[in-house]
Amino acid sequence: MSERIREKLNILADAAKYDVSCSSSGGTRKNDNKGLGDSHASGICHTYTEDGRCVSLLKILLTNHCIFDCAFCVSRKSNDIERAAFTVEEVVSLTINFYRRNFIEGLFLSSGIFKNADFTMERLLRVVKKLRLEERFNGYIHLKTIPGASEELIREAGLYADRMSINLEMPTESGLKLLAPEKNHEEVKKPLAVVQRQLIQLKDEKKLFKSTPTFVPAGQSTQMVIGATPETDKDIMHTAAAFYKDFSLKRVYYSGYIPISNDNRLPVLGSQPPLIRENRLYQTDWLMRFYGFHVNELLNEANPHLDIDIDPKLSWALRNLQYFPVDINVAAYKMILRIPGIGVSSAKKIVQARKFGKLRIDQLKKIGVAYNRAKHFITCADTPYQLKDYQGTQIKTFILAESQSKYLKHDVQQLILF
Amino acid sequence: MIYLIDGSLEGLLCAVYEWFERKPGKVLLKLEHYHQPDAFSKVFAVHNDSKKADRVWKGLQKKLDKAWMRRFYCTFLAELPEAYGYLFEFACYIFSSGPGAEGNYGNAYVLHVAQTAKKVEREKHRMEAFIRFQHAADGIFYCGIDPDFNVLPLIMSHFKHRYADQQWVIYDLKRHYGLFYNLERVEEIYLEPEAERRLQKPCTEIQAEKEPLYAVLWKDYFKSTNITARKNTKLHVQHVPKRYWKYLTEKISI
Repeated sequence: MSERIREKLNILADAAKYDVSCSSSGGTRKNDNKGLGDSHASGICHTYTEDGRCVSLLKILLTNHCIFDCAFCVSRKSNDIERAAFTVEEVVSLTINFYRRNFIEGLFLSSGIFKNADFTMERLLRVVKKLRLEERFNGYIHLKTIPGASEELIREAGLYADRMSINLEMPTESGLKLLAPEKNHEEVKKPLAVVQRQLIQLKDEKKLFKSTPTFVPAGQSTQMVIGATPETDKDIMHTAAAFYKDFSLKRVYYSGYIPISNDNRLPVLGSQPPLIRENRLYQTDWLMRFYGFHVNELLNEANPHLDIDIDPKLSWALRNLQYFPVDINVAAYKMILRIPGIGVSSAKKIVQARKFGKLRIDQLKKIGVAYNRAKHFITCADTPYQLKDYQGTQIKTFILAESQSKYLKHDVQQLILF
Repeated sequence: MIYLIDGSLEGLLCAVYEWFERKPGKVLLKLEHYHQPDAFSKVFAVHNDSKKADRVWKGLQKKLDKAWMRRFYCTFLAELPEAYGYLFEFACYIFSSGPGAEGNYGNAYVLHVAQTAKKVEREKHRMEAFIRFQHAADGIFYCGIDPDFNVLPLIMSHFKHRYADQQWVIYDLKRHYGLFYNLERVEEIYLEPEAERRLQKPCTEIQAEKEPLYAVLWKDYFKSTNITARKNTKLHVQHVPKRYWKYLTEKISI
């Protein structure tokens, strides 16, 4: 008995690991039924895998049987792998028992598609209902929406889940057509729109009736696979920006493609996943959401790709030296946010602290500003006078020479003589 | 001038009271326990007086918002010898300045308190993440920890809310005290050395029957969810520092 459950967990956790979302934040469920669990607004990572990714949820598939044959997916029909399926009871018992030992924040449940969309969605729904209604579970639940499932099922699931998501898979329609001929972006947009409409409607009702049920309180998210198809960074981020805007998504995730098959439409087996590129895309995403950048400022016709050797904020600053240097002691908060080497929390501290007197270099360093990077773009109370006006390329060289970027070592190619 | 305190919050607050009453000029705050008397410096041993401490605490509450009061308390829980000095100077600075002085991150003590509090909050958060309960045969969920800072008072309500329907014990092996939730409220407990030892590793004699299965399942899950092609040990260790490994189910080999 216990051997079989171990086997299933191994297969179905392995198959679910390519879903990058691990967020457990934004839940609003309070433990007021003397039940189990309490959703933390900030989320908790209970451990990290050896590849450095956060583990906060029990992330599994209900089954890895699938009627589809998407080239990028391990669970695709034509792939010769072991198949398994959990029963509803097994998923519930694993979740509860892991949660009681403080291993996890909750459940991330996805599934391959057996029979058809509704049959699968209905099963996922049974799991969440049992957890919430029978086990009085208030932990976090992230539920994958099955494309093509009926509106009623999606709406009902939203009453019990904290977050719902559905993967775009490829950043562009053409990319998706190439690798998953049975899928299209419209199929993804439909359920996203269903959930969004319901969210807006219930928000309005909440103003009138206090007893309105919670519906997907942690919002919706989506995921794109990066580097499997030849899209530019501009294509990717413009798609992301459009989805943020049209469906008010909480997050877009970018997942560097890890070759898993010998399909000639895809990168060859054993090639390194594009980790740096993935990192730069997340940085760009952050700049859009927290730093007030418009996607066009970062990626446009003239700059369709992000720099690999420097981060997108520095790269933008070097292209726009006309805005610099910025005087730390007078500039608006929004402009301080745009200085390379200054993050959100340092920017806030600067704005507070300068009310008490002009800030000096040593104070900026203590506040947490990456001064060696920022110094090329700012002036403060004791900035040394400087005659020479440096070009963007020169500043970049200075910064690269001083920085100990973890990516730098990849650029250095060791020559082999013999 | 040296002020000696006993290391309690009350003593620290009384030191602030005494300073304002006597105005002795520059003062160095030291813990009795570590103090080595010498012939040249004047020493004043601060007496604990709950009325005086209370007045200072209330005074601080008038000057500082809840977030800053929490920072003050967190910095105290750091139990760092130098942190008592920061708190003393910080409190004196707050009382002698106009409103909003706590926003002056250019002031060394404001910054020290903010940064120390942040370290403590980080460990509090880590304990909320890294605590691994073991279900014992008596039905209670047990866990032993030895955090760098004294974070038990900070994590109490988190676990009380989260595990409202199960009895649990979280025990600080370094400071020799723990918390026990009895389905009604949380109590402070002190264990015998023998019982403490049993909390240090997975122990078969106290475990419930199913316990090894869930430990194994969790280890399996930890392995299966890893993507070998993305291996990044440096990042892994940065997130899960090695000093915590001995209490993490997924890191203990049976």
